[in-house]
Amino acid sequence: MNAISHTAAVALPIPYASDERGLVPPAAKPRKTGRRRLALGRAIPLGALIGPALLLVIWSLGSVAGLIDPRTLPAPWSVVGTAIDLIAEGKLQDHLMTSAWRAAQGLVFGILIGTVLALISGLSRVGEAIIDGPVQIKRAIPTLALIPLLMLWFGIGEGMKVTAIALAVLIPIYIQTHSSLRSIDSRYVELAQTLRMGYGEFIREVILPGALPGFFLGLRLAVTYAWLSLVVVEQVNATSGIGYMIDLARNYGQTDIVIVGLVVYALLGLGCDGIVRFFQERSLSWRRTLAD
Amino acid sequence: MASHLGGLSGAPVVRVESLVRSFGPRTILDGLSLDIEKGEFVALLGRSGSGKSTLLRALADLDDKVSGSGRIETPDKKSVVFQDARLLPWKRVLENVVLGLDLPDAAERGQVALEEVGLSGRETAWPVELSGGEQQRVALARSLVRDPDLLLADEPFGALDALTRLRMHDLLRQLCARHQPAVLLVTHDVDEAVTLADRVLVLDNGAIAADIVIDVPRPRDHGHRRFGEIRSELLRHLGVETKPVLPV
Ligand SMILES: Nc1ncnc2c1ncn2[C@@H]1O[C@H](COP(=O)(O)OP(=O)(O)OP(=O)(O)O)[C@@H](O)[C@H]1O
Ligand SMILES: [Mg+2]
Repeated sequence: MNAISHTAAVALPIPYASDERGLVPPAAKPRKTGRRRLALGRAIPLGALIGPALLLVIWSLGSVAGLIDPRTLPAPWSVVGTAIDLIAEGKLQDHLMTSAWRAAQGLVFGILIGTVLALISGLSRVGEAIIDGPVQIKRAIPTLALIPLLMLWFGIGEGMKVTAIALAVLIPIYIQTHSSLRSIDSRYVELAQTLRMGYGEFIREVILPGALPGFFLGLRLAVTYAWLSLVVVEQVNATSGIGYMIDLARNYGQTDIVIVGLVVYALLGLGCDGIVRFFQERSLSWRRTLAD
Repeated sequence: MASHLGGLSGAPVVRVESLVRSFGPRTILDGLSLDIEKGEFVALLGRSGSGKSTLLRALADLDDKVSGSGRIETPDKKSVVFQDARLLPWKRVLENVVLGLDLPDAAERGQVALEEVGLSGRETAWPVELSGGEQQRVALARSLVRDPDLLLADEPFGALDALTRLRMHDLLRQLCARHQPAVLLVTHDVDEAVTLADRVLVLDNGAIAADIVIDVPRPRDHGHRRFGEIRSELLRHLGVETKPVLPV
């Protein structure tokens, strides 16, 4: 069904499609039916790129016209130039690899621990009694506030950074997975009972697939949290990584390098979100939601 | 627990004695007794809130949180069809049919069952891609693929339109004739009950208030004289006064 709606959307000119989405207020154009569709219309092809492209155009025009001071915000092309220089020197790749490796480690540990905790606490009352409280307490403490303690415990090395990221990541994974485990429709539980499913089969066929949407929602939040914590730990105390690069550039007033760092963060964040969404759509293709 | 009963001809497959079920102070089933023979198609009528679902859930072992007493004997192999199709949305149609079926040839059996309900070719569809009637047919296939000795159905056609409903009646009759399960069909539709069942029960005040064997020859015609008589009698038991039909 995705394939069909996609081709149909491509065939449509954009102005019409944006009208369908209701971006034009209904009053601006009288409708024959007088009835407004509550579901969203067809997706605009590459619609996600329109907003950023608009910002880029404004940024470029502002720089050309001299409305934007290069010390405040260098022109897009000088940022690109700086990025090319940094890549030629091999600095950008190094910092990027360091940052990505930290984030990946933190994500993997955070996702694993968050999922396991959610399963234990979601599938048994005893597990919930033991696990849910501490996780809620951890949730109430911002990761930022934990960093001094983590530094005392783990020093300022990689261990501290990965731990901080993992701690931030496991919260959304746990919360979302746990709540969707617990909100599985009781009618499906009845069904499993009448079909005489065993406990293992029940978990495998009913509970886990039912909790998957929650898990993916948690995963998307988790990726965002991972980058967020990465920025913090790299700027607090690091000698490498994108965050360190930005912090160093700030000391020397190199706005262009700061911007390069921010763009890299943005691309990484979006890239990871895209990967998660790809797997989300593949695993949840049975769903039909407002977005389709 | 009592599947051997089904093998003995003459012995009922379902035996309920002095069944009591209550919610708090309200006693819904009050000393109800009921037998269903092997392969017998029984329809259960009753006013809304009379306890039809409560009885069915008791037979389906779905009422462990309800207080009560009494003796229930049912075969081990029983299937339930709910009012909603209750398909797992994350399983494809065929997977839904063979759900929990632990047999080496489960997939082939599932295919056959889908063919019986007229849905071969839709094996890999997602449940959301089916119409309401199609979903209910999948649910029927899921029940029958287990070759149950007892089929429990709680208003399985309640959510369907009148035309689809008539088609489903034919289908259910055919399938029951082939698989020969005992059937307990809960419905609030008197015509549905008289068309399909060998015997119609009326539940009232927590017990079986009427037990009528339907002796209308098949295929059953709503215009048949006996059909009309039985309908009037059932409606009287349900507390509905019927006026004689005026000639048009
Ligand atoms: N879980 C419950 N808790 C409390 N009361 C309940 C519960 N389930 C059913 N009841 C009560 O038991 C009575 C019988 O309910 P039941 O669902 O068996 O009726 P029914 O004959 O199936 O009605 P309908 O035709 O409307 O489906 C009702 O009065 C209902 O309020
Ligand atoms: Mg009911």
